[in-house]
Amino acid sequence: MAVVETASRVDIDRVLGEPDRGRKAAQLQHLAQQFRITVLDILHEKGTGHWGGAASAAELLVSLYFDALNVRPDEPLWADRDRLVVSKGHASCMLYTVLANRGFFPAGELSTFRQLNSRLQGHPCMHTTPGVDMSTGSLGHGASVALGMALSARVLRKIWWSYVLIGDGDLNEGQTWEAIMAAAKFKPPRLVALVDYNKVQLDGPSDEIMPMDPLADKLRAFRWNVAPAVYDGHSVADIFESFEWIRRQQDWPAAVIYKTHKGRGVSFMEDNAFWHGAVIDDASHATARAELLATLAELEAKL
Amino acid sequence: MAAAGISMREAFGQALVGLAGSHPEMMVLDADVSASSRTVLFGKQYPDRFFNVGVAEANMIDIAAGMATCGLRPVVNTFALFITLKGADQVRNIVCYNNLPVVLAGTYAGLSDSFDGASHQSVLDVAIMRAMPNMTVVVPADNVEVRQALEAALRRDGPTYIRICRNPTPVLFEDAAPLEIGRIRKLRDGADLTIAVCGIPTYMAIEAAGRLAAAGISVDLLEVSTVKPIDEAALLESVRKTGKVLTVEEHTVVGGLGGAVAEILGRRAPARMDFVGVPDCFAESGPYMELLSKYGISTQEIESRARQLVEGVAA
Repeated sequence: MAVVETASRVDIDRVLGEPDRGRKAAQLQHLAQQFRITVLDILHEKGTGHWGGAASAAELLVSLYFDALNVRPDEPLWADRDRLVVSKGHASCMLYTVLANRGFFPAGELSTFRQLNSRLQGHPCMHTTPGVDMSTGSLGHGASVALGMALSARVLRKIWWSYVLIGDGDLNEGQTWEAIMAAAKFKPPRLVALVDYNKVQLDGPSDEIMPMDPLADKLRAFRWNVAPAVYDGHSVADIFESFEWIRRQQDWPAAVIYKTHKGRGVSFMEDNAFWHGAVIDDASHATARAELLATLAELEAKL
Repeated sequence: MAAAGISMREAFGQALVGLAGSHPEMMVLDADVSASSRTVLFGKQYPDRFFNVGVAEANMIDIAAGMATCGLRPVVNTFALFITLKGADQVRNIVCYNNLPVVLAGTYAGLSDSFDGASHQSVLDVAIMRAMPNMTVVVPADNVEVRQALEAALRRDGPTYIRICRNPTPVLFEDAAPLEIGRIRKLRDGADLTIAVCGIPTYMAIEAAGRLAAAGISVDLLEVSTVKPIDEAALLESVRKTGKVLTVEEHTVVGGLGGAVAEILGRRAPARMDFVGVPDCFAESGPYMELLSKYGISTQEIESRARQLVEGVAA
């Protein structure tokens, strides 16, 4: 299949080596949009997968893997690496696209997503996909697992960071709140929850299905150190600011809430629960692709 | 058979302390039952390696899984019923799917939390754990085996479920060869009938086999401490000789040791079978031994079912 918009190696190396934060943010913004197109194409061709949550997490995953995380794509199990648990495992196609382009496995493999004999399972599987730190899919596990990783760092006197990317569905799960309570008890350093707060879940708007507001207040009441600002999870510049806030913290665990939009980038898919996991038909694909390309051109002009 | 001094849970708690020095990567987690599971012994001596997460079993199991991905060897402790049911999704999707070296120590198993009643009694844990890919299921029969099971589990690269009794029970294997995961222990040679037993009823099966011998029925007695993966070769060797099998376990007759044995024999060596275990029902509160007896697990029951099998009388 023709995944024409996947970034070139030259682009990737330039971005990783970019010393200027502003320029890097613009480049990653552009990269995230390229990845959206890749994901849209894959999901359309396969006729299966989750667009909404994948598009919602594009800038966050790109910023993490191309900026924040200390990882070695040629040594994915490097013991001292930073960990990221993508607890909203249905964002798998975006995660795979980011990992492949970061160098964990060949981008050509992306077209095998959800196929028989593929390393790219419907939801992330740590044993088949290089770079995946924890298998996810069943919601509610990620915060506990990341807590275990952060506690391990403390026991082993290591300084890796343990991040968990949490979605609305995760926040519905009781286990997430068990983990939130326990993290506040044990307070392991460098444990960070990143909330991809698009407020739409499979069945509809979270305010109808299971309201989570006031989320920051809830987390603070559970004794988490919550970033005072709500960041725009679709602005890499904003995400960079949140990373700077995280780096300045001494009180653990820490949480950052990002305002995001499910299905971001396609007008008729944004904030629409239907596109959580609907099959992307030919007509929708053509319209969506044109919209994504138009935005990509705008971002390119800013580089 | 030596009378038990301490309970199996106490022996397990002591084993954790005993192995702490030689296994610095071992972490112990508990869900607010450390005084019962006896992990309190470890927690007092190694507070930096002990994590009491409160009454939150699911969270505990996934924290342990996260630790296991980082090179640690967590031992998760709570009541068997709660590990296998409250933690079933975590055991399946995180621990087993990723084949992580987590030891799941299910205490108060079987009917051993006898007075607390059906809400706490765990007679389906083996069936559930056995259905999880990558899981190893060990059912020790005494305090010696529970220590050895822990030591062996810590050497494994995947998940291990260890089933632990709440109460003092006879010590059987003080002077025997150590428990080996995946190996059946032959306790008695016989030709008329195979009895395959695991866990606490092992001492009952030993007694029953003795009585049967006195009555002229010779029992090939197998202690199946690892229900999964089961020692297929030793089982087949015995059944090809006897042609009849009685399984004995402190577990529902649905899907436990009896099921594991039947699955193999059905394919490889069909044999007459019967099952001693808890019927498909909820039990109740009461003293442990009387409860076992009321719900079908006793020396007499084993003896009587064995006779019926040998004599060809329908159970």
